[in-house]
Amino acid sequence: MVTINVDMDKCQHYGQCCFEAEDVFHLDDDGKLKYTKEVGDDRLADVESAADVCPMQAISFELS
Amino acid sequence: MTSGQVVVVGAGLGGLRAAESLRGAGYDGHIVIVGDEPHRPYNRPPLSKEALAGGVSVEQLEFRRKASIDDVEWRLGSPVVSSDLTAQTVTLADGSVLPFDGLVVASGIRPRALPIPGPEKGRYFLRTAQDAAGVREYLVPGARVVIMGAGFIGCEVAATAVGLGATVHVVALDEEPMIRPLGRELGAGMRRRHEAKGVTFHLGHTISEFLGEDHVVGARLDDGTVLNADVVIEAVGSVANTEWLEGNGLDLSDGLLVDDGMRVIDAPCPMVAVGDLARHPNALFPGPARRIEHWNMPTETGKRAGATLGAILSGQEPATAPFTAMPSFWSDQYKHKVQSFGMPGIANRITLVDGDVDGPCIVEYLDDTGLVGVVGIDRTSELAPYRARLLERARG
Ligand SMILES: Cc1cc2nc3c(=O)[nH]c(=O)nc-3n(C[C@H](O)[C@H](O)[C@H](O)COP(=O)(O)OP(=O)(O)OC[C@H]3O[C@@H](n4cnc5c(N)ncnc54)[C@H](O)[C@@H]3O)c2cc1C
Ligand code: SF4
Repeated sequence: MVTINVDMDKCQHYGQCCFEAEDVFHLDDDGKLKYTKEVGDDRLADVESAADVCPMQAISFELS
Repeated sequence: MTSGQVVVVGAGLGGLRAAESLRGAGYDGHIVIVGDEPHRPYNRPPLSKEALAGGVSVEQLEFRRKASIDDVEWRLGSPVVSSDLTAQTVTLADGSVLPFDGLVVASGIRPRALPIPGPEKGRYFLRTAQDAAGVREYLVPGARVVIMGAGFIGCEVAATAVGLGATVHVVALDEEPMIRPLGRELGAGMRRRHEAKGVTFHLGHTISEFLGEDHVVGARLDDGTVLNADVVIEAVGSVANTEWLEGNGLDLSDGLLVDDGMRVIDAPCPMVAVGDLARHPNALFPGPARRIEHWNMPTETGKRAGATLGAILSGQEPATAPFTAMPSFWSDQYKHKVQSFGMPGIANRITLVDGDVDGPCIVEYLDDTGLVGVVGIDRTSELAPYRARLLERARG
């Protein structure tokens, strides 16, 4: 399991993360970030890429 | 098992990503990252935005580092001053000489300094956390701030300074702020947003002299206008930090020219370049290789460069797939979010497709080959289809 946490005080809703893992991160109709808090291990690389491209460095994750 | 040593020159985002990707490619030799700033790689964009407004703590801005590079050696606080690419060594300001099998050029750019007479104190560039901390001291209610340059950094500083209660004048030769990336109309729309907040623009003008004895107290413009100033921020373009590569026969006129794998063209040794200084091809866009000073490029070029260098050092042919990373830029000014994909700056036609330039809007940038860029203001969540259209360019 990969547990994802986005620091919503830091997130500026630019949606860069969404392009790396569309099924995990998306912007809703109001432009606010929505994300899945737990995904399978097979998504680790994509979640890591999403964390890398976040301009606010708001995404953290843990493998459990 | 590989042995040997890779030296990364520049401890910024590009250097960090290149080192991580080199490990990802299986390189298990020694990696040394040399940086002239005393910090591990940290995030620069907040330096003109929230970190400038709220006070700068470099620790909070540091990038997360992958565990794979826990064993790299950090040599911080002493720049590389010269290199011998045939002997494969770099020399640091403290005199130490580091040999290498592979070299990563990640020393970035610095703001351009124009030769303008006058006192030095109170004049700042904005590139480092130290610069931002210096500027921050001045930004108190009533402070008089003069900004030279109306690009993104100049405009972001203007917005942040206004937010802190300062009086702001922006002096720039351009006709409109951010005109190169945004075009005239959208630039004018952004100018009106700034003017509504109290910023005064002096467009089509430059500063000919700074006034004051020891510390700057004002600036005289080319038309004789005098602006009082407690602090001046100069944001008029950039210069690549490549002086340490002089004497090796490389073309250093505008960063370093690389191929699709970020390998430096004409280099006599295994050598890649990343980030703001890498002049790279991009198969998505027509025209020559270009440097792109956007935050997402150090990661994109760094990932590619690490893989290339890793392959070369293990005796394999590096991948030659065309580089097709999507340039992407964002900017925060007041409550407004500007977001761009592609290369709007190379367009010859600009079309407003939705909204109006004084409110939330989406603007397309085209050239003879079709869509080359898109900019949205306060419409971030609607740009994905445009970005997808830009990516289709890869398929011709
Ligand atoms: C104030 C500011 C705001 C920005 N805002 C945005 C934004 O909103 N959106 C966006 O897309 N981009 C923005 N950017 C651009 C983005 O931050 C850069 O594109 C990115 O930092 C480039 O990374 P880099 O690794 O190539 O270079 P850098 O981050 O500059 O790293 C290079 C490092 O190498 C060091 N160095 C230089 N010479 C030597 C030497 N001889 N020896 C050793 N070390 C050396 C430098 O000191 C530096 O630490 C902003 C930049 C600044 C300065
Ligand atoms: S990339 Fe970062 S800041 Fe942007 S929406 Fe995702 S988490 Fe938020």
